[in-house]
Formats: sequence, structure tokens, C-alpha cells
Amino acid sequence: MTPTTPHSLAIAAKGLRKAYGDKTVLDCIDLAVPTGTVYSLLGPNGAGKTTVVKILSTLITADAGDLRVGGHDLAADPQAVRAAIGVTGQFSAVDWLITGEENMLLMADLHQLSRSEGRRTAAELLERFDLVEAAANPVSTYSGGMRRRLDLAMTLVGKPRIIFLDEPTTGLDPRSRRNMWGIIRELVSGGVTVFLTTQYLEEADELADRIAVLSDGKIAAEGSADELKRLIPGGHVRLRFADPAAYQSAAVALREVTRDDEALSLQILSDGSQRELRSILDWLDSAGIEADELTVHIPDLDDVFFALTGGTNLPNQPAANQPAANQPRKAAR
Amino acid sequence: MSALSLAVRNSNTMLRRNLLHARRYPSMTLNLLLTPIMMLLLFVYIFGDVMSAGIGGGGADRSDYIAYVVPGILMMTIGSTVIGAAISVSMDMNEGLIARFRTMALYRGSLLIGHVVGSVLQVLASQLLVGAVAVAIGFRSTDATVLEWLAAFGLLALFSLALTWIAVGMGMASPNPEAASNMAMPLILLPLISSAFIPADTMPGWFQPIAEYQPFTPAIETLRGLLLGTEIGNNWWIAIVWCVGLTALGYRWATGLFNRDPK
Repeated sequence: MTPTTPHSLAIAAKGLRKAYGDKTVLDCIDLAVPTGTVYSLLGPNGAGKTTVVKILSTLITADAGDLRVGGHDLAADPQAVRAAIGVTGQFSAVDWLITGEENMLLMADLHQLSRSEGRRTAAELLERFDLVEAAANPVSTYSGGMRRRLDLAMTLVGKPRIIFLDEPTTGLDPRSRRNMWGIIRELVSGGVTVFLTTQYLEEADELADRIAVLSDGKIAAEGSADELKRLIPGGHVRLRFADPAAYQSAAVALREVTRDDEALSLQILSDGSQRELRSILDWLDSAGIEADELTVHIPDLDDVFFALTGGTNLPNQPAANQPAANQPRKAAR
Repeated sequence: MSALSLAVRNSNTMLRRNLLHARRYPSMTLNLLLTPIMMLLLFVYIFGDVMSAGIGGGGADRSDYIAYVVPGILMMTIGSTVIGAAISVSMDMNEGLIARFRTMALYRGSLLIGHVVGSVLQVLASQLLVGAVAVAIGFRSTDATVLEWLAAFGLLALFSLALTWIAVGMGMASPNPEAASNMAMPLILLPLISSAFIPADTMPGWFQPIAEYQPFTPAIETLRGLLLGTEIGNNWWIAIVWCVGLTALGYRWATGLFNRDPK
């Protein structure tokens, strides 16, 4: 296991810039990923996530920036960086024309494992990724989920200490996505550092220790999921009424609320703390208001994401699909 | 592990991958082989009577024409088979797998070397098949010495290497495999305007310099001389200059494109 200290950074980037012609894709980005953690780069399509991965994984060169991966300088010694990393990109990096097992042996061969060691590693990984039955079939017959698993299995042949996953679950069905999350957690528990890009907020929330929101080539915010959620005042208590008359009188009595006449519901700003909830309840009691349903809405990453990436600002949007306080579950460590 | 043994080991792995593809999917190589074989049969059995009248100052018969055309067909086989290299390089460059190779600590040239060596081996195997058909329809080369055979083999290998590097460059420069196939078409069309089927001096005067000095004609004339004892003249060194030049050009072109930042 690799010890996690503030001084051991698996990935450190300062002033990373990249432009294509006069279009700036990445504008002075700083990143610091401690060893053994999951770092998620979150952003809408076209924000520059993939460009960051391509640069940090030595695929393309940056225009400027002091970049270190695995302790090696990207510009000076890309080959040492390559020896430390594994990359699973957005597009399946597998050989479609040969079988799953042949793909694994190809990787073993390129990593210069001996024949017996290569066979053993391939067999172990195929087993671990539930690909034993399909091992002798051409990859062209694999499902999307199987291809992703094979892709990641191939990445692991070289036992990389730092793994880049560029949208690893895009296009997967929910079950395959959960599977992939389990695999990622397992990797991290083995001491591997994971740099993950995703457009799924839930995924970042589930897996990442730290999240950076990338928008328009800049880091709009950075922190743990909870820190990010605290950045925006999205919390509120929602009161729903069945009777239009009760709704009307409550709306008149409470005044400082956001009304949603369609849904017969009122929203009161609140950070969701016990103290505030009690004062709201006291207030409702003293005003003689009896709501049919009371729910507490804590801002989730969706709110943060939309607020930070210039989408519609959502804090007061009716939280129709947020029936209860939605506390993020942390990734299993 | 030293840099050289890394290069050898990685290139060898890439070569085996290439040959595995060829073994799994032989249809492309076989399709490309059809063209020279069809040309051979077409020119000998369909056009043969007219064609044989055009060589050796008249009075030649079909077996003379078979002897004349086979060296040209062997060279044409090279031009046709290397199209496969252009296509498979382009296929690789359009797959996610190339990004994986680029982010691994490999010898950088290994992928292209694997393609080139694999393609040359496939060309040589194709030569054997085409040669077998030629012998079956009556081609004989009884006068050639062992040394001449070796030289002929060396020339075929050298010409294969040169055209393969050009084809690999074409594959690198193409946005997709279809475009690569189109771009490589001249490699199979050039033999038609060489001395492969008719002597260059029977062509229109203004066209003769083009036919005589394009890469195929000197190579074909040299091969003819080695196998059948015809006059080689200065063709042998022009052929070698072409081979070396095309190899250098294709190598610079392909590796230059490969070393650029991918999109």
C-alpha cells in the first residue's frame, strides 16, 4: 500500500495550457492528486476533460505547464511516465480482430513478461473481470460492457500505479456501470491512484475523494463532494399541499417563500440543519399551517454542476425527483 | 533491458500481431492477390495472341509471351499486396488501440516496423503463390544460375520493402481505410504503364520516358534479365536507386506522421 501524505502527489500540474489554433482548450489549469486517491474531473461535453487525460497520459503535448506524473516530468521523461501509468480511454483500446485472451497476451508480451508469467497474469485478470468464458472469442463479438472490462484488464497487465479512466462508464447499462464502480474501488483499495473523468455527477459522487469541475477550459471549483455542495445555497425545505385553499393561505401567511402554484408546493431556504428545521417547524406551527408533505432538499452535485458550468441556476427548482435528504455515500475505502 | 533489445522485442510482438491478423483474416490478402493472377491469365490466354505479336519483333508465340509477362506480374503482385499494408495501418490508426500503444513504455517505432516486416513477408508469400501459377501455365527459368536467383529474390524483397514503406506512409496520411485503399491504387496501376505487359519502346514516343523511368520498369527489366537472360543494361542500378529512394521517402513520411501529436 502506498502511504498517502500531502507531499506524495501522483499527479501534479501547474499552469497547464493547451490551445488548438486560436481556440484555447485548457486555460492555466492546476491539479494536485494525492497518491492512492480517486480524483474526478467533472464537466460537460467539450469542457476539455479528455484533453487533460491525453496530455497527462503523454498522448499529446501541452503548450505550457509544469507537469509531473508519478514523480516524473512529462516533458523531460515521458517514457518514465508511461511506465508508471495505465490508460483506459473513451474508445475501446482493444484489438477487435483477435480474441480476448490474445489481447491479454499481446499486452503481456509488450510488457515483456515471460511466457509463463504472461499466461498467468492474463488468466488471473480474465478471471477477475469475468471474461473466462468469452476469452476464446473474437473481441468483435463482445458486448459494450465486456469490451470495457477487457479494456481495463489490458490496462492492468502492466501493474500501473496510476490509472487514467476517461469516461469509463459512458454507454454502459446500469448493472455494468455498478460493476465498473466496484472494480474501480477494488483498484483503489490496492493503493492505485485513479484519475477519472466523467459526465455523470453520481459517478464522481460515488467514487471520488476529490472532484474538480472543469468548465470552458478552466477549473470552476475543486474539493470533496461535500465541500462542493456547500459552495452553493441550494438547500431548502419543501412543503406540499393537497388542498388548493390550504396552499393559498399558507402562501399568503409565509410570504418569504418560493411558490410553485402548479405543484401546490412552497420552498423555504434552509441549510438542512436541525436548528433551522426546528425553527421552520415552530414557525409553521405558530402560523397554523399543516402541510401534507415536508421534504428536506440538500444540494447535490447536479446543483453545483449547473451553477458552476454556466447552465441554468437550479437551487430553487422544484425538487421533484429529490423526495428526501440525499446524503452522498462515500466510496468504499 | 537495453534500448535495442526493447526495440527488437516490441517490434517482434507487433509483427506477430500483424501475422495473426493475416492468418485470421486471409481474405484481404487473397483478394489483393486476385488482381495479378487475373491479369496474368487475362493477358496470356485472352489477349495472348495479339500481345505475343508485339514482342521480340514479331514471330513470338504464347510461351514467349508467358516468359515476358511473368516478371512484370511478379512486380505487380508487390504493388497489389502492399495495398493491404496501407489499409491495415489506417485501420490501426483509427482504433482506440493506437492510443494505448502510444501511452505504453514501448519502442516507438515498433508498431510500424511490425507492419512493414509483416507486409514484406506477406508479399513474399504472395510471390510464391503467383510464381506457382506462372509455373503451372508454363513459365520456366532454366538458364538462371543460383546467384541470379538469389539476386532476383533480393530485388523482389528490396522492391517490396520500398513499396511497403510508401504504402505505410499512405496509410498514415489517410483519414480512414477506404481512403487508404484509394490512395494506394496507383501502386497497382503503375505496372500497367510499365514494360510489364508490352515493351516500353512500343509505346508512343512522348510517353516512353515516363514508362522507362518509373519505378516498375527498371525493376521488371532487371528481374527479366536475371531470370531469362535478357539485356539488363543500366536498369539494375536505376532499380536500386528507386528502391533506396522510395524506402527513405516512405520511412520519413510514415514516421513523421506517426510522431506527430494525434488529434
